[in-house]
Amino acid sequence: MDRQLEVELARRLLAGEAQAFDRFVEHFRAKIFHYSWLMCGQREDAEEVAQETLLKTFESFHQLKQPERVRPWVFRIAKNVCLTKRRRSIFAPSPAQELSLDALMPSKDHHNGGTKIEIADWSHLPEDLVLKTEMKNELQAAIRALPEIYRSVILLRDMEQLSTTETAQILDVAEDVVKTRLHRARLAVRKQLDGRLRDAVKVVAI
Amino acid sequence: MNAHETGEHCKAVFAALSEYLDLELSPASCAELEIHLKGCPPCIEFVESLRKSIDFCRGYSPGELPKALSAEARHELQEAYKKMLEAREDQ
Repeated sequence: MDRQLEVELARRLLAGEAQAFDRFVEHFRAKIFHYSWLMCGQREDAEEVAQETLLKTFESFHQLKQPERVRPWVFRIAKNVCLTKRRRSIFAPSPAQELSLDALMPSKDHHNGGTKIEIADWSHLPEDLVLKTEMKNELQAAIRALPEIYRSVILLRDMEQLSTTETAQILDVAEDVVKTRLHRARLAVRKQLDGRLRDAVKVVAI
Repeated sequence: MNAHETGEHCKAVFAALSEYLDLELSPASCAELEIHLKGCPPCIEFVESLRKSIDFCRGYSPGELPKALSAEARHELQEAYKKMLEAREDQ
């Protein structure tokens, strides 16, 4: 569902049109579940976060002054619910861990007067469906492996396609921080997928 | 040895790639980066792999869905929605 449809559903709900209720719930429940599953790590927790987020969403729906902002608004609630839940669980947030740019640069080879980088062949990624399914699991694993300050940013910016400004507001950080974290998160995910693609290429070569 | 050989330019390019791919670089920085790319095949290859990785993330759709919403949970949400509407009308 694109954002325009979400906005339309939010408008209808605010106008008291109960027919929009089930579609709104179904749509955002799946989205929040997915976000919190990757953030919290547990399916049961993610289902509880989704329910609690929707409950808080409906309780305070009249405070949504701009229906265009419904997605970031719901995600801000979800982020807070998720954080509260994790503080109480064994998956409590760990101290912030930084990713360094240097560690994410590809390794280089200098020989014969030229520079080569070690990189997998990415050209077949979109075409090969079997690989794509495996890569999907790999992508999930790569995102779960990110320190959480990076994980939340890539989930909101690239997966939920929220803007830098919206993401900064949800996470209570400056826009520059969002940009820096997003870049490092993307590089870390790329690096992990690159390693996986190289394995796949090796398997094909044998 | 020039900056390209020591990888200094590559490193600067590397740090700005997300902004470049998100079209958020200033025109001057963008032009500078593209001049570097024209002469640096390893960087081009890296940019392409990063672009594909980002596209993959953006196009990702989760295979797993939550369990079906129970009647009880739906009722709880519907009550919250109704209460919110009533409270708003009372104001």
